[in-house]
Amino acid sequence: MELAVISGKGGTGKSSITAAFATLGKELVVADCDVDAANLYLLFNPAHEKSEVYIGGHKAVIDPSLCTVCGICESYCRFDAIREKEGEIIISETSCDGCFFCSRICPMGAIKMVRSDKSRMYSGTFRNGMMVYGRLAPGEENSGKLVNLVREEAKRLSEEKGLNTVLLDGPPGIGCPVISTVTGADKIIIVTEPTMSGLADLKRVHEVARKFSGEVGVIINKYDLNEAMADRIEGWCAAQETSILGRLPFEKKVTEAMVAGKSITELYPESEISKSLGVIWNKLISNGKE
Amino acid sequence: MKIAIASGKGGTGKTFVATNLFHVLSARGDRVSLVDCDAEAPDDLLFFQAEKISESDVTHQVPVINKDACTWCGRCSRWCNYNAIFYLPSAQVIEVIENLCHGCGACTFACNAGAITEKPVSLGTVSSYKTASGSPFIEARMHVNEMSPVRVIKAAIKEAGSEGVTILDSPPGTSCPFVQTVDTADYVLLVTEPTPFGLSDLKQSVDTLKTMNKQCGVLINRADIGDSGVKSYLEEEKIPLLAEIKYDPAIARAYSEGRLASEDNKAIAALLTELADIIISDHGTGSHKR
Repeated sequence: MELAVISGKGGTGKSSITAAFATLGKELVVADCDVDAANLYLLFNPAHEKSEVYIGGHKAVIDPSLCTVCGICESYCRFDAIREKEGEIIISETSCDGCFFCSRICPMGAIKMVRSDKSRMYSGTFRNGMMVYGRLAPGEENSGKLVNLVREEAKRLSEEKGLNTVLLDGPPGIGCPVISTVTGADKIIIVTEPTMSGLADLKRVHEVARKFSGEVGVIINKYDLNEAMADRIEGWCAAQETSILGRLPFEKKVTEAMVAGKSITELYPESEISKSLGVIWNKLISNGKE
Repeated sequence: MKIAIASGKGGTGKTFVATNLFHVLSARGDRVSLVDCDAEAPDDLLFFQAEKISESDVTHQVPVINKDACTWCGRCSRWCNYNAIFYLPSAQVIEVIENLCHGCGACTFACNAGAITEKPVSLGTVSSYKTASGSPFIEARMHVNEMSPVRVIKAAIKEAGSEGVTILDSPPGTSCPFVQTVDTADYVLLVTEPTPFGLSDLKQSVDTLKTMNKQCGVLINRADIGDSGVKSYLEEEKIPLLAEIKYDPAIARAYSEGRLASEDNKAIAALLTELADIIISDHGTGSHKR
């Protein structure tokens, strides 16, 4: 069974909650799909058995010695990536989408497409199974593709090692890396917080989640920061017929656990929040066996 | 000048800082505008009374293939770098997968039979508002189920123009949406929290900004939680620590209700005003007085 934890809004506690699940569960594969801000490896220190080069997207690079500054590339580029400046063609690396169009139409063959090979995918063992994560090189694009690769590797490992549960820690937002994380997942867990922003972002990510899975559940983290807002979120979920998996209190011990390199359920198993996390995890797992 | 408020990790307080910074500058009569560039999870508007002035669609051009004119040469499919044209000549199948199309126009150019025309597809909206204080606010909002917010972000920043101080509330992460936002910024204020996750994502943001030759400084939010890792890192890297804000339940409460803490918390208002003055005097271009 593949479980994906996402949130819409960042910083609602996805990774801390995923870490708790990963240490409550037995024998699983954890995959960190937040490839441009991967964090779980900090708690799990996976023994790196394998690192794989991820070849990212292409960027157009111009050879000024061949370029005649005819301007054809500039006139066809739809990403505003190409400009003539002081008699020279300049291609903006940040605006280039890697579509190849300019390199194909340049009459002088002056534009080459170059791929970045700085991103990595890692997989290894951790104290409760296997862990896979991606690290996108600074400023790289195509994070959705790296997420796909991370998920494929997690799936392969789960089959190879006989680990039945795959737990995915997703990125914030609702764009391509999120869609890559939730597509085909058996269950989607949305972690939200009782704030106006939390609710607004929940509504958007919920729409994405519903499109990709029938089983969507919501966790309201730090519910006691604003209980009236937590109630409002529950009401909204009820109207959508989306189940509330549980409420978790704001707890400074979660940060303490992070600093200690542990999950909250490992460091403070008897705390209220750990008990609630245990209940939610059992709910998630037992449903899967029906 | 343009100041981007960014962070690798989500939920560190970008929106809190951006909206309150905008408020204090606007309240004292500066020429200031705010652009919500977090097009996947736009929340800034929740904090303002604002009147909508205009809304425009951000579109890209997607191909439409006329099968009757198609000669089944397959050139369009070969020129598409996004696998957005599904082509099976033996079964006389040729289809555009709109979700994968980036609107680069290569296929239209590649078609020698004149079988491809284009139609606009909406990716999101850019809306302009006038806030109660009279200062402009612009929101980038990607449609749910779209893949990339980049074009919408770009259009919103363009809409803001270049007069006075423009505050860009960046999306989290360090991949394309972040890069697109900070690309136009004169200065980047990174909001972080002093935890292992915060530090790891901060490093990734700093590394990305270095590749882009962008100047940055740091605000540590919830400065009294976590550990000293962030501060040690800033000292080692000689990155200026511009401000620290301690965890305050009253601030969290105000945020949860969509209120601006700086409206009644004088200390926060003063801290943010001073922060803005430091950034503007050290890195500013042009006048920000109205």
